[in-house]
Amino acid sequence: MAPQRPVEPSGDGTYNLNLREDERALIAAIVPDLRAVLADNPGDEMLTRLFPTARPDDPDAEAEYQEMVRDELVSKRLDRLDMVAELAEATVLDQEQLAAWMGAVNDIRLVLGTRLAVSEEDEVEFDEDEADTPESVARSAYWYLGWLLEHLVEASASEL
Amino acid sequence: MTPPAPVEVAPAEVRQPDDDIDVRPDRPWKVIVWNDPINLMSYVTFVFQKLFGYSKEKATQLMLDVHYKGRAVVSDGPREKAEMDVFRLHEHGLWATMEHDD
Repeated sequence: MAPQRPVEPSGDGTYNLNLREDERALIAAIVPDLRAVLADNPGDEMLTRLFPTARPDDPDAEAEYQEMVRDELVSKRLDRLDMVAELAEATVLDQEQLAAWMGAVNDIRLVLGTRLAVSEEDEVEFDEDEADTPESVARSAYWYLGWLLEHLVEASASEL
Repeated sequence: MTPPAPVEVAPAEVRQPDDDIDVRPDRPWKVIVWNDPINLMSYVTFVFQKLFGYSKEKATQLMLDVHYKGRAVVSDGPREKAEMDVFRLHEHGLWATMEHDD
C-alpha cells in the first residue's frame, strides 16, 4: 500500500487530514507557543520574519506602512493559529481551514528558521539519532513542518 | 539569507522643498520579492499564483528568479495597489518591498 499522504483532496471540495497522534501533538504544543509570543510581544526579535520591511529606502514611509498594517498582520496570524489549535484533531478540513493550516505552519517555520539561523547553505537535516537538545527538537520540528507544508501546498494548489 | 540590500539611490536631483509631494497620481511602483532561505519554493510559487492569478509557468519563473537572482519584480502599479500587494505578501510570510519604478 502506498504511504498515505498527510493531506489530500477528498474529491468533494474538502481535504482529508491524515496525521498521526504524535504529529498532532507537535502541532498542538507548538501553536500556543507562537500565539503567546505574537499576542504578548509582537516586537520579539524571533518574529522579525513575520513583519518584513516594506520600504527599506524610506524610513518615514516604512514607519507609516508599519503603522498601517502591523495590527492587522498580527490579528490575521492569531486568527489562523486559533483555527489550527481548534482543528488539531480534525480529520477533514474545508478550504478556509486548509488555508489557515498552511499559513500557520509557514509562520511557525519562519520563526523556527529564524531561531535556528537557517541559511541558504545550511540545509536543515533530520537526524533521528541526535540527542534531545532544545536545538535538535527545534530542528526536527522545522524539518517535519517543511514536509507537512509541501503537502499542504500541493493540496491547496490542486484547487487553483 | 539575502536581506533587502539598501537600495542604491542615484544622487538626489536638486530637490525643492515642496518636491516631497508627488502629484503624479499613478506614478508606477514595483513590488519586489527577495530570496530567503526559509520559504519553500513550492509555497512561493503557490502564493504568486493565488495572490496575482499568475499561471503555474509564470509563477514558477518568478520564483526561480527570486531563488537564483535574489529578487524578482512580481507586480507593479499605483502606490495603493503596490502597498496592498506588499501587505498580502507579508501576510503570507514573503519578503516583499516596494520602490519607485523610475
